[in-house]
Amino acid sequence: MTKHESPSYKLFLAFNYALLTAISLLCIFPLIHVLAISFSSSSAASANLVKFWPVGFTTKAYEYVLNKPEFMTALGVSLKRVMLGVVINMVLTILTAYPLARDPEKFRQRNAYAWYFFITILFNTGLIPWYMTIKTLGLTDSLWALVLYGAVPVFNVILLMNFFRQLPKEIEESAFLDGAGHMTNMWRIFVPLSAPSIATLTLFCIVGHWNSWFDGLILMNFPQHYPLQSYLQTVVVNIDTSLKSTRDIELLSIVNDRTSRAAQIFLASFPIIAVYPFLQRFFLQGMTLGSVKG
Amino acid sequence: MNKLLNRGSVPLHLMLIPAVALVFIFNYIPLFGIVIAFEKYIPARGVFHSKWVGFQNFTYLIHLPGTFQTLVNTLYISLMKIIAFIVVPVIFALLLNEVRNKLFKRSVQTIVYLPHFMSWIILSGILIDILSPSDGIVNMLLKSFGLKPIFFLGDVHWFPYVIVSSDLWKEFGFNTILYLAALTAINPTLYEAAKMDGAGRWRQTFHVTLPGIVPVIVLLATLSMGNVLNAGFDQVFNLYSPAVYQSGDILDTFIYRLGMLDAQYGVATAVGLFKSVVSFIFIAGSYALARKFADYRVF
Repeated sequence: MTKHESPSYKLFLAFNYALLTAISLLCIFPLIHVLAISFSSSSAASANLVKFWPVGFTTKAYEYVLNKPEFMTALGVSLKRVMLGVVINMVLTILTAYPLARDPEKFRQRNAYAWYFFITILFNTGLIPWYMTIKTLGLTDSLWALVLYGAVPVFNVILLMNFFRQLPKEIEESAFLDGAGHMTNMWRIFVPLSAPSIATLTLFCIVGHWNSWFDGLILMNFPQHYPLQSYLQTVVVNIDTSLKSTRDIELLSIVNDRTSRAAQIFLASFPIIAVYPFLQRFFLQGMTLGSVKG
Repeated sequence: MNKLLNRGSVPLHLMLIPAVALVFIFNYIPLFGIVIAFEKYIPARGVFHSKWVGFQNFTYLIHLPGTFQTLVNTLYISLMKIIAFIVVPVIFALLLNEVRNKLFKRSVQTIVYLPHFMSWIILSGILIDILSPSDGIVNMLLKSFGLKPIFFLGDVHWFPYVIVSSDLWKEFGFNTILYLAALTAINPTLYEAAKMDGAGRWRQTFHVTLPGIVPVIVLLATLSMGNVLNAGFDQVFNLYSPAVYQSGDILDTFIYRLGMLDAQYGVATAVGLFKSVVSFIFIAGSYALARKFADYRVF
């Protein structure tokens, strides 16, 4: 392939490598810059000396954030939310995708059920009716509010359903002949056969729950119930100085606002970066999971 | 035999009960809340006892000076995003497809997909820092070239473009995935045949590669029409400020402020209903088109 290339194509290739390198660097530099600030000394950060490498390396900002009770409380809420939310999401995704993957000839109501779920993708009732419903149910300030309203991730159900439908029919036919029921067929045959897809969807759910912030912000009345991203919204984006205690103001002379914000940004994205290698291995497959045909 | 099959569907119904119930509670019950759009809604009285006002909330909105501008801003930002998210990922996928070095290709992919997985809270925190007019690294760079600093997030003229380009930063890489998948699915014998016919690299790109991904481009472009009123709430909410409402306030942020901050529930629900109905038409229409012309089936 590479042998008889025209000079103009060789020139294009060189240009292409340079361009792709430049775009990648442009994508990653903002992250590296803020990471460098988080490890820099307070004075270097406020004097704008930090570029892409820490100046006056220190972990003071991280020590400050990790000793902040509000941060740790919010982290705890987030961890609980992710664990509970992902289990609920995945159990319901599998339980729902399996019947929907049946042949409509054999499961007559299959199409009616499919439309029942699909309509929720087509029509969104809007913020206020959604908020009022959760409020009326008395779920505000409860962890359940954050995990129940999105308990059935319809889009994931469709992806898994399409994957289930591609599994060879012969396997389940022989399972049924051996006396297996639908439950056995689902857990013992379908789930193990689609392990990579289920792993992909699980990772999507983890990322989704971890990154959610707006629900926490409006469904929780007390900041001590905020998950981490909602808490960060109030300290990193919507900087509200009235929330600072005197202890904070004293400490801020040592760990300036900018370095502590940077440290919180990175602590909050750490779990994402930690699961990213796994995500990457699976999501290529997950994205194309029978979603686009033709 | 038929009887046996019918009996066999009972466990299937049972499996669906939890999901049907939860979707009913959280997606179908709120439909009744749409009534709020036609009421002078007072939470203490509830949906059933608040005063019915007909279309008064809607006429109020039409006469409110900000409503029309908000709609214009939403369309301006969302249409720019729709176009950018067709053009940029396609070009990037084509360029990446020419790369033969596996390690290089993989590294580029790893980097450009990463921002997709980060929340707008994290990315906004980063953007606010780097775009700050006094301390941000972008403005330090502008100053070092002798240019005046720009308050990207506080300037009415810059704001919509900052929104579109920062959304591109987050999502363009991830949006190349389906195109890259389509590119690898092109039959290699087509390239061999083109070469036999004397086609060079450029002709191969135009006559084999591009036609190979046109169906995917058309499909994704059609489906993206459903986003015509989605300018990106998560992003705009975390980056805007009263200084840029004129160009940056979108329907979703408008609904949020009316409902959650001003407690004008009836009016906020009316805006939301308008958005839901228009979006429904576009989403359903785009699926119908995709089904008719690309044989795309969701289920």
